[in-house]
Amino acid sequence: MLEGLTPTTILLDEKELNSAQDTLAKNQLPTTRMEAWKYTRVAKLGKTNYTSSEETVVSMDAYRIAADATTFVFVNGHFSEELSSDEIPAGVSISPLSACMEGEIASTNLVLEGEIFNALNTAFLTDGILIDIEAKATVEKPVQIIHVLKGEATLSNFKTIINAGDFSKAGVIQGFFAEDADKAFANVTSEISVGTNAFLTIDKIQYEAENTSHISTEQVSQENDSTFTINTITLNGGLVRNNLNIEVIGENCETNLNGAYLLKGKQHVDNHSVVDHKVPNCNSNELYKGVIDDKGTAVFNGKVFVRPDAQKINAFQSNGNVLMTDDASVNSKPELEIYADDVKCSHGSTTGQLDEEAVFYLRARGLSEKSARKLMVSAFIGDVLDKIENEDVLNFTHGLLKDRFGWDFE
Amino acid sequence: MANYTENELAKDLEDQEYKFGFTSDIDADTIPKGLSEDVIRLISHKKEEPEWLLEYRLNAYRIWQEMIEPEWGHVHYTKPDFQDIAYYSAPNQTKKYESWDDVDPEMKETMAKLGISLEEQKRLTGVAVDFVMDSVSVATSFKAKLAELGIIFCSFSEAVQDHPELVRANMGTVVPHTDNFYAALNSAVFTDGSFCYIPKGVRCPMELSTYFRINQGGTGQFERTLVVADEGSYVSYLEGCTAPQRDENQLHAAVVELIAKDNAEIKYSTVQNWYPGDKNGVGGIFNFVTKRGICGTNSKISWTQVETGSAVTWKYPSCILKGDHSVGEFYSVAVTNNYQQADTGTKMIHLGKGTKSTIISKGISAGKSQNSYRGLVQIHKNAQNARNFSQCDSLLMTDECGAHTFPYIECKNSSAKIEHEATTSKIGEDQIFYCLQRGISEEKAIGLIVNGYCKEVLNQLPMEFAVEAQKLLTISLEGSVG
Repeated sequence: MLEGLTPTTILLDEKELNSAQDTLAKNQLPTTRMEAWKYTRVAKLGKTNYTSSEETVVSMDAYRIAADATTFVFVNGHFSEELSSDEIPAGVSISPLSACMEGEIASTNLVLEGEIFNALNTAFLTDGILIDIEAKATVEKPVQIIHVLKGEATLSNFKTIINAGDFSKAGVIQGFFAEDADKAFANVTSEISVGTNAFLTIDKIQYEAENTSHISTEQVSQENDSTFTINTITLNGGLVRNNLNIEVIGENCETNLNGAYLLKGKQHVDNHSVVDHKVPNCNSNELYKGVIDDKGTAVFNGKVFVRPDAQKINAFQSNGNVLMTDDASVNSKPELEIYADDVKCSHGSTTGQLDEEAVFYLRARGLSEKSARKLMVSAFIGDVLDKIENEDVLNFTHGLLKDRFGWDFE
Repeated sequence: MANYTENELAKDLEDQEYKFGFTSDIDADTIPKGLSEDVIRLISHKKEEPEWLLEYRLNAYRIWQEMIEPEWGHVHYTKPDFQDIAYYSAPNQTKKYESWDDVDPEMKETMAKLGISLEEQKRLTGVAVDFVMDSVSVATSFKAKLAELGIIFCSFSEAVQDHPELVRANMGTVVPHTDNFYAALNSAVFTDGSFCYIPKGVRCPMELSTYFRINQGGTGQFERTLVVADEGSYVSYLEGCTAPQRDENQLHAAVVELIAKDNAEIKYSTVQNWYPGDKNGVGGIFNFVTKRGICGTNSKISWTQVETGSAVTWKYPSCILKGDHSVGEFYSVAVTNNYQQADTGTKMIHLGKGTKSTIISKGISAGKSQNSYRGLVQIHKNAQNARNFSQCDSLLMTDECGAHTFPYIECKNSSAKIEHEATTSKIGEDQIFYCLQRGISEEKAIGLIVNGYCKEVLNQLPMEFAVEAQKLLTISLEGSVG
C-alpha cells in the first residue's frame, strides 16, 4: 500500500521518525483476531496503492462550518494557503507543520509501538498544524480546520498538535469532507495537551464519502483543574475508526466525550475510547448514541481505567443504539477497569428500536409514520447534539442531517 | 466491641481458617505424574471403557497438544506444568460397595465433615447426592427411588457402562472436544463425574446434588457432568466443591454440559468453595471450567453460582438459546479476598426467535483481589424479538483490590432489545452510619448490606444451598470494612 508514497519532509523529531519506520517494517495491518480490532476489518486498506496528490478545491461553501472563525484548509493533507485565513487572532499562534523550523515540533507522546496507523502517519506525514494557545488567553473565534479528500486512492496523513496553555480557553473545529474522492483514506492523529485550568473544546464533524476510509487517533493529556470536551459527529464515511486516548494526569479535571453516529448504506463506524484516571478527584462523562440504517455496522468500545489510589473518581459511560433494519448490526463493549475503592463508576449500554407505542401515539396525533419516526430519531440523537455549545457547528450538523437523511430539526 | 478496630477486623478476616482444609487419610490408587497417550490409555483401561471413548480421548489429546494456553483473561498466575500432575487418583477400593454400610468409615467421616452426611440427608432433605472424591465417584444415594421414575443419576463411568448409547449420543455435543484448551484437556483425561437423564415429561421430585472434592496432593481434578433433560422434564441440580489446604496450586478443569430439550427446564446451582490459597496468595485451586447448556424450543436453563473459593477462577457458564422462545438465566455472586483472582461471567447466544436472557452478576472484591466480569450477549440475525437484560454490580471493600467489567454486546437483529448496566462503588458510608445509629455493629452492618446486595442471586438458590451460601459470604467478608 506504500509504494506510491514518499517519506515525510516535515521536520519531525529524528528518534520518533526512526521508531515509526521501525514499527512499519515490523508490523502488519491489524486483523480481527486482535482484541482492539475485533469488529473492524481494515484488510482492504492494504490492497489499495495510495498516492498523495495535491489538489485544489474551487469553492469552500459546502465545507465552511463556522462563518466567523480562523480557518485553515488542507486538501489531501496539503496546506491550501489561498483558502485559509490570513489573520490570526491574538493569544494564539497557528502554523502548518510544513512551515515549522527544525526543533519547533516537539517530540510527541503518541504511541508508536505496534500502532501501525500512527506509525504510518508519522513516517509519511503529509502535513499538519501546530496550534499554540498562550497562557491566560481567551480565544473568542474558534480555530477551524477543514480537511477535504479529493481524487482517487489518495492518502492524507495529517497531524494536529494543540497546546492549550494554562488558564486559556479556546475552541477548535475539525471538519472532514470529500469531493469526487474514490477509495481515499484520511489517517489523522492529534496530540493535545491541556494545561492547568485550561478549557478546550473540540467539535469534530466527519462527513466524507461512502467509499472513503478514516482512521483517527487523539492522544490527550490533561493537567490540574482542566476541562476537555470532544464532540464527534460521524455522518458519512465508508470506514471510520476513532481512537480517543485521554490521560488525566492532574487532579480536579473534567472530561467530556460525546459522540453521535448515523449510518446509512454499508458504512462502518468504530468509536474506541480510553479514559485513564491516574490521579484522584476527577470526573469523566461519556455519551455515545447511534442510529444504524441499511447495512451499517457500528462499534462502540469505551474503557475507563481508575488506577490504584485514584480515589473519588466519578466516571460515567453511556452508549445507546437504534437499529433500523435487520441488516444493521452493532457491537458494544463498555469496559470498566477499577483499582480504587472510593469511586462511582457506571456504564450502560442499550440496543433496541424505536418504541412502537410512542410512534403510535404520534400517529394518533396526526403525524405520518415517517415523520413520527424522524421526530423520535432526532430526539434520540438530540441528547448528544444538545451538548454542542457552538451554534454554528450545531446548525451545520442540522444541515448535513437534512441533506443526507432528510431530517428536519428546525 | 467498642475497642474492636478496623485493623483487628481485617486481621481476623485474614486469619480466617479455611474450614474445609482437612485431608482425609484414605488409601488412594494414584498413577504416576505426567501426561501421554499411554497415560490416557491407562486411565481408559482402568475404567474399563469402550473403544469409542478411548478414541474420543485420544482425539481430544491430539488436538489439545496443538492448542495454545489462552492468555486473554484478566488473571495472572504461573501456568500449571501439565507433566507434573497425576491424572488419576481414586480412593482405593477393592470391591464395589453393595450398600452404604460397606463404605470406608474414614470416607464417611470426610463426608460428615463436609456437612453432607448422606444418611442424614437421605432422611431430612431428600437430596440425592453423588460424591466425587479425587475424580472418582464414590457414592450415590437415592438411586433406586429415582430409577422408579426412569431418572438416571449416577457417576459418569457407571453411565458409560450402563447407558453407553445415551452418553455417546450426547457427550461433546454442547462442549466439543475441540472447544478450548481446558475443555480439550478434560476430554482427554477426565476420570469421572456425574450423569443425569430425566425422561420425557418427568419432574424430578428432589434436588440432585454432586459434591466434588480434591483430596490427594499433586493431582488435578477433571470431572465431567452431563445433564440431559428430555422433552417437558424438569430438574434442579446442585454442585458443591471443596479441597484440602495445600501450598501447591492444584488444577481443576471440569466440563459441564446441559441439554434441555423442548419444553424442559434445568436449574443448575453451584456453590464453589475450593481452597482459595492462604492470605499471602500461596496455594489454592486453579478453577478453569467450561460450562455450557443448549436449549430447545420453549425450554429454560438457569445457572446460579456462588463463587467464594479458588485462587484463580476462569469460568463462563453459558446458554445457547437455539430453540424459539427459550430462556437463559445467569445469577452469580463472586467473592474474592486476599490474592484471589476471578474472571467470570456468561455468554448468552440468542439464535431462536423470542429468546430471552437475564444476567445478574454481583462481584465483591476484598483484600488485594481482582474480580472481573466478562460476558457476551450475542443476538443473531434470525433471533427476532430477542430480549436481554444484564446487570453487573461490583462492590469494592478495600483500596487495594480491583473490580472490572468487560461486557461484549453484539446485535444483528433490529427487533432485539438489549440492556446492560454496570456500577462499581463501595458500601456507602451513609448506609453503615444508618445501621450504627440503630445499634447494629459495623461488622454486622456490612453482613447485612452485602446480603441485601446479593439477595437477587441468593434467592435463586434452593433452600439448603442458600443457607450455606449465606454463611460462606459472611465468612469471606466479615470485617472487610468499606
